[in-house]
Amino acid sequence: MHELGITQEVVAIAEEHAKGQRIARVVLEIGKLSGVFPDAVRFCFELCAEGTAVEGAKLEIVETPGRARCRACNNEVPLEKPFGECSCGCTDLEWLAGDELRVRELEII
Amino acid sequence: MCKPNADEHSHSHHHGNGHPHTHDAEGQTTRVRVERDVLDKNDRLAEYNRGWLAGRSVLALNLVSSPGAGKTTLLERTVRDLAAEFPVSVIEGDQETDRDAQRIRAAGCRAIQINTGVACHLDASMVARALSELAPVSGSVVFVENVGNLVCPALFDLGERAKVVVCSVPEGDDKPLKYPHMFRAGEIVLLNKMDLLAHVPFNLDRFLDGVRAVNSELRVIPISALHGDGLADWYDWIRDQVARPQRAAI
Ligand SMILES: Nc1nc2c(ncn2[C@@H]2O[C@H](COP(=O)(O)OP(=O)(O)O)[C@@H](O)[C@H]2O)c(=O)[nH]1
Ligand SMILES: [Mg+2]
Ligand SMILES: [Zn+2]
Repeated sequence: MHELGITQEVVAIAEEHAKGQRIARVVLEIGKLSGVFPDAVRFCFELCAEGTAVEGAKLEIVETPGRARCRACNNEVPLEKPFGECSCGCTDLEWLAGDELRVRELEII
Repeated sequence: MCKPNADEHSHSHHHGNGHPHTHDAEGQTTRVRVERDVLDKNDRLAEYNRGWLAGRSVLALNLVSSPGAGKTTLLERTVRDLAAEFPVSVIEGDQETDRDAQRIRAAGCRAIQINTGVACHLDASMVARALSELAPVSGSVVFVENVGNLVCPALFDLGERAKVVVCSVPEGDDKPLKYPHMFRAGEIVLLNKMDLLAHVPFNLDRFLDGVRAVNSELRVIPISALHGDGLADWYDWIRDQVARPQRAAI
């Protein structure tokens, strides 16, 4: 489960910004196509935060929907999974959004 | 730019001046815009590895598969068959034991074992350490056998030229649709254990359709690592990669 390592990294990034203060809230963006499950990150978060400046912080996850552009007809295609098909039948899609995995914002006390 | 500092704490709250933070109503907490990729550290180390490899003209290939698809069997054979053409070495990743490194050494090749413990994938820092220990000679090929897992290694760039996805017939023909991230990340698929095609239900067309749906550019080479079928095409693909100049570090 890569979510454990990823959550550790989220906590490390927050600690880096905390500079000795405490973190009250972490806003994390997880794209629908990123291959990372928000529930698994939530499950790991408390454990990873224990004993750090992030302990007790609220984790807020923003899930970004997947969007792509068809390379054949230029149409925009919504993506639920990391692959899909345009209404024109083409499967060659350029991802526009949904692969984000990013610490967006922190609230520092 | 996202680090809070004394200056940021002293100015007005209605700043349109681009400072990346705001205070809440009571002034108790400070909101800081961070906008940092979670995999940023790994990606930077991977870029470092890529530059290190390019500087030495070393080709690194990252072999990924579920456990038991046949990566080590394939490498045992590959290092034997290619050793006369260019120097080859192997970085082995497993959660425990150095069995696979021993198998590769028994095939006459230098090998370093990384034990990842609880981690289910190799990351760029593990490979950076292994590379400096291995010190591959200029013009050589380094095969990295990742931990058997079709999910996590897809997310972690090691600095390799390409991910080689090894998939095997007994795993079933629905793997590309079930593990799309890995098939999207890969540059080539070796469909192994073709010798078992007559013995298990596996529809090759369905497998190829799945690959195409996920990644239309992905090439599939059917092989048998055990018996040697199809390996000539795999070796030609490696030769093409060796001949191609290394991408310079960004
Ligand atoms: N029938 C058959 N068995 C294979 C083939 N390649 C590997 N195996 C067997 O599959 C098992 C797992 O192989 P191994 O190389 O250890 O897989 P790894 O976990 O991906 O490194 C071993 O028993 C191999 O002998 C093949 O082409 N055909
Ligand atoms: Mg192995
Ligand atoms: Zn289209």
